[in-house]
Amino acid sequence: MYQYTDKDQTLIDERVTQFRDQTQRFLKGEIADDKYRALRLMNGVYVQTHSPLLRVAGPYGLLSSQQVRKLASIARDYDKNFCHFTTRQNIQFNWPALERIPDMLEELATVQMHAIQTSGNCLRNTTSDQLAGVAQDELEDPRPYCEIIRQWTILHPEFAYLPRKFKIAVSGSAQDRAATQFHDIGLHLVKNDQGEVGFKVLVGGGLGRTPIIGKVIKPFLEKKHLLSYLEAILRVYNIYGRRDNKYRARIKILVREAGLKEVSKKVEVEWTHIKDALEVSEQTITDMRAQFPDPAYQLDLAENADFTQALANNTAFNTWVKHNTEAHKIAGYRAVYVSLKAPDSPPGDCSDSQLDALADLADSYSFGMIRATHRQNLVLADVQEADLFALWQKLDTLKLATPNINTATDIICCPGIDYCALANTSSIDIAQGINDTLDSMDYIHDLGDLKINISGCMNGCAHQSVGHIGILGVDKKGVEWYQITLGGSSENDASIGRRLGPAVSKADIVPVVKMLLDIYLEQRINEDESFLATVRRVGVKPFKEKVYAAN
Amino acid sequence: MPLIKNKQLSQDNWAYVADDAVLNADYNIVSLARWNQDRETLSKQENLGLRLESDVIIEEIVADLSHFSLIELAIPVFTDGRAFTHARLLRSRYDFKGDIRVSGDFMIDQIFYLNRVGVSSFVLNEQDDPQKAIAVMDDFSDFYQASVA
Repeated sequence: MYQYTDKDQTLIDERVTQFRDQTQRFLKGEIADDKYRALRLMNGVYVQTHSPLLRVAGPYGLLSSQQVRKLASIARDYDKNFCHFTTRQNIQFNWPALERIPDMLEELATVQMHAIQTSGNCLRNTTSDQLAGVAQDELEDPRPYCEIIRQWTILHPEFAYLPRKFKIAVSGSAQDRAATQFHDIGLHLVKNDQGEVGFKVLVGGGLGRTPIIGKVIKPFLEKKHLLSYLEAILRVYNIYGRRDNKYRARIKILVREAGLKEVSKKVEVEWTHIKDALEVSEQTITDMRAQFPDPAYQLDLAENADFTQALANNTAFNTWVKHNTEAHKIAGYRAVYVSLKAPDSPPGDCSDSQLDALADLADSYSFGMIRATHRQNLVLADVQEADLFALWQKLDTLKLATPNINTATDIICCPGIDYCALANTSSIDIAQGINDTLDSMDYIHDLGDLKINISGCMNGCAHQSVGHIGILGVDKKGVEWYQITLGGSSENDASIGRRLGPAVSKADIVPVVKMLLDIYLEQRINEDESFLATVRRVGVKPFKEKVYAAN
Repeated sequence: MPLIKNKQLSQDNWAYVADDAVLNADYNIVSLARWNQDRETLSKQENLGLRLESDVIIEEIVADLSHFSLIELAIPVFTDGRAFTHARLLRSRYDFKGDIRVSGDFMIDQIFYLNRVGVSSFVLNEQDDPQKAIAVMDDFSDFYQASVA
């Protein structure tokens, strides 16, 4: 993992000092509300319904056990003993006191963490594949490029007051696990005809009120031009992005209104001016890659008899291995998903004691590293098969081994009206209701790969428009209603879900979801046809007819 | 209003002249509209400044830069970040050597970045503390991005 230099450390320490000063001046009445708002947002501080919220950056989702222990102690000392993992691999604390946030930042800085640009109309945390460096389908590890981008974005003087927020995601694998097609800029490591590795660049993707799939602006970008090309896009966006309406201000709207061709032309002109001056040298790339070495794998692992036997003899363990672990590039290892979707816990939440225990497990079994996923789970990426049984037992005791990764109860869910000042409706209790209804693990496994995403308002923090089943809370005259979409996907086969029909009431939403699942089971050709494939084949019509006939 | 120039509280000798008023100061700042209209007359003027609004297309005035010893970037609202790009381009790409000043609704807490992109003077608002405005230019001692200041 990237280790901070003195320069990196100095910068985040100075940011703590700066933010402490800004907060003190605000509390003394020396900075107006609207101005402090912009300043605090750029340091991840929201004001929610009940209290401020601090969003801490998880750079491309990578955390050390030491950092996770610090998150645990902060949850204990400044919050209500838990934190929340977000869809952008960040970490949120829901209950801090504003005047103590500078102290939290000071503690985070001791473990090379910060909250810089985790909100606001600026360059946000760069996200990536949770299986970076271990995936079998990986062309090249994206993390060195993520770190190069991270450093370029942090405290960039020109792009701190953009028309709107700006998010970048990087993937190095054949299968896109970072939703890169739904980011302002998506980067894919690809190989060209000459066998060189570079980036395919997508621009103008996004979710929220106007979900749009990103378009290819550059099929192949040489690595050395990574930063100059990003800077060219950002400069064009900063000048030409709309500032008259915040719902029309993302780069996706500029691309839609001006057209990809026109935006691309402007970017090319700008890029020509700066490409030589901003070149990323081969040495920089080599040095950065050296910051992400393979851990000390055992490369000669024979098949482990105990593991094979446990798989054969213990059904629960077998089920967990099947659903919550993933193949690894090194024989004898697997990547383990830690489910933060236990039936009785809000999706993505993790308690201080769970965090501490996970840090210990990471030290014992996975080289001291933990990763956050954009579906709000965690990953121990480098576990020997021989250790899986012991790890499973410990995770199970911690309620972190629900075998539901990529199933109907692995729900992405925003905080909803329980916490968020923007929300129109609740969302956590809908996730809870779906969990209560789907109380049979066999039924859940029979449903197979399923992504249910629930947002409590149009802003769509839980990415409902790319859920196989998307649920969007809307307020109608003070009453909570829920719109349903079917057939969205944020993976390689990206698509935006289609509306099922009129919104359903809060009392009906969970029974309707159950009905949709039952209709799928009737409609599918066989067990191999996933929910998404079935919806794509038969359309929303059979679902619509039955649901609205019954309601 | 207080002026910070080259990290010092300074006397402001410049005056912005409305489009229908005569140029009667020693150092006059005119709008882009006036410049476009009276270019012939104005180009004989010494010590001329040009005020640019945030929706200016900076490339369109590049050829005229030699006529001005000051460019004022008027910031309509502190969330409008276009002046940051304008300053950077003027300073680095178009090699403007004169004073680049900002005025309008910017915050003291933006001065660090504005200074980094090449702004050399700041017309503060009445409530702003000049010493604080100078101090924030040293908020950070190091950077990832190259400066054009």
